[in-house]
Amino acid sequence: MMQQIVQVKGLTKQFKNLTAVNNLSFSVNEGDVYGFLGQNGAGKSTSIRMMLTLIEPTSGQIELFGMDLARHRREILRNVGAVIEKPDVYKYLSAYENLELFARLSGIKPTKKLLMDQLEMVGLANRANDRVKTFSQGMKQRLGIGIALVHNPQLIVLDEPTNGLDPQGIADIRNLILHLSRDLKKTIVVSSHLLSEIEQVATRVLIIDKGQKLVEGNAAELFDPAQTIVELQTMDNAFALEQLKASPWSSYLQAQRNTAILLKLNRTEIPSLHTDLAAMQIQLLSLQPRHSLEDYFLQITSGNQHVDTYTN
Amino acid sequence: MWTLIQIELYKIFRRPRTYIAFIAVAALITIIQFGLKVDGKSYADFLMKDIGGTMEIDGNIINGYLICYIMLQLLLVHVPLLVALIAADMISGEANMGTLRLLISKPFSRTELLLAKFFASTVYTLLLLIWLAILALFLSMWIFGTGDMFLMKSSYVVLLSENDVFWRYAGAFVFAALAMVTVAALGFFLSIFAENSIGPIVATMSVIVFFTILSTLNIPIFNALKPYLFTTHMISWKEFFDIQVNDANEAIVGSIQNPQKIVNSALVLVLHIIGFVGGSIWIFNKKDVLS
Repeated sequence: MMQQIVQVKGLTKQFKNLTAVNNLSFSVNEGDVYGFLGQNGAGKSTSIRMMLTLIEPTSGQIELFGMDLARHRREILRNVGAVIEKPDVYKYLSAYENLELFARLSGIKPTKKLLMDQLEMVGLANRANDRVKTFSQGMKQRLGIGIALVHNPQLIVLDEPTNGLDPQGIADIRNLILHLSRDLKKTIVVSSHLLSEIEQVATRVLIIDKGQKLVEGNAAELFDPAQTIVELQTMDNAFALEQLKASPWSSYLQAQRNTAILLKLNRTEIPSLHTDLAAMQIQLLSLQPRHSLEDYFLQITSGNQHVDTYTN
Repeated sequence: MWTLIQIELYKIFRRPRTYIAFIAVAALITIIQFGLKVDGKSYADFLMKDIGGTMEIDGNIINGYLICYIMLQLLLVHVPLLVALIAADMISGEANMGTLRLLISKPFSRTELLLAKFFASTVYTLLLLIWLAILALFLSMWIFGTGDMFLMKSSYVVLLSENDVFWRYAGAFVFAALAMVTVAALGFFLSIFAENSIGPIVATMSVIVFFTILSTLNIPIFNALKPYLFTTHMISWKEFFDIQVNDANEAIVGSIQNPQKIVNSALVLVLHIIGFVGGSIWIFNKKDVLS
């Protein structure tokens, strides 16, 4: 049985009148790349900061490596590496000096070889002695990840690691996460408001909105590429909707946005739908497949729906 | 803990800002020394102007000891700003740079972090005072020589023999260090509330200026307050230069007129340091780091 690295139970954080995180529970297994997904302000960063003891929970319990975080903080944090939002480091120090400083703060005495290997892994070995103030955002982000990894932690927490990066920087971070997961067998919690980022790296996903869990599940099932949403535009959408509701396609209908009619179905069912629409004398203007996950994400994060654990 | 202290000291002394204070002190002292070396006689005449009719001085009163005293009076008003520049930046600067959240997610307690930071800012303060002593005392002794020390207080004159001065400076500098560490503790305390350095630095200086005005105002309603203001006690280093006299009105070598006042002032300053640092730890341990 896989070990649970993170177990969060009933986590709540109240800031005066605002409930940033509301009774949140989830777990991360060993080896997971756990995608923490939600729109800006959903409560992702607050949850992550509570996992790193930056914010004290109002209530609830956080266990990491089977130990209570409040009681075994020091022991737990020795085994955690984190990049929290922006990868801010000491700009007046070089990449090498920053890495050495944070390695010592993480409780290890690093050798020069270890530090250079680390910089090599994040692609900064040739800039080791340059001051960080001369670095681009992407380089700082990679250095931040190097710092998070330098003490060889079992759990890596990356809060919005692609924020402010250009497409190449985003791809670099994505490849690094995949390398850490596949080659180094690290457990990674990565948060983002960008669905496409999580989709490409996560093995399990938690979607939260307004501090509450909407969905927690296996990414492969949640992001099933066979499932798609099609958007219909017809000459008379009200008539079309009436016809569809009275047909076997009624169970495929999704909540409407604007005037478009949305149906969730398997890609292989599109030809039959097309035939049936003609049979129902619905005059089709367009039938457009949409990105299923994005639609799903937007649907559940804007619809205030509550969905229990999707799958484990 | 030792690792934390080493790292905090390393960070302080790798920042260019740290050296501003050392350069400023050196510049001010050398300018004053230059002025007095070139035109010391005029300054001595100016000092003697008010008492010229009542006593006569044989010899040169301008020597290293007197110059150091003059400079201490001037500089100890300004050194708090230089101390605040670093101490008030210790937490707020990290919050501003964004490194605070990374520090706090490391495997040591917030109390350890604060104590290490305060210790490091204390070391900086002490080094600044040592630098001040080297330039203001030892360099002045070298440039102007030594001799008996002639001091004019507000209503009387103190004459200290040459061999009775140096230990007083040692005591005065130790006391001044305690006063500056109190300033550092205040700056440190204020720095936990802010996310940029300017606010706590300005706030530290404002508190000092405000309290100093209250301490020096001779309005009866404020008199009850004065003994509790740390600024009242910061200038007690001057007590080392007040000497006891015997029945024949002769100075007693090696004496201090009011040693109890020095002890009391030192105690008040130590209590302020404990209060500021203890308050910082208590508040910071409860603080959510949102920066």
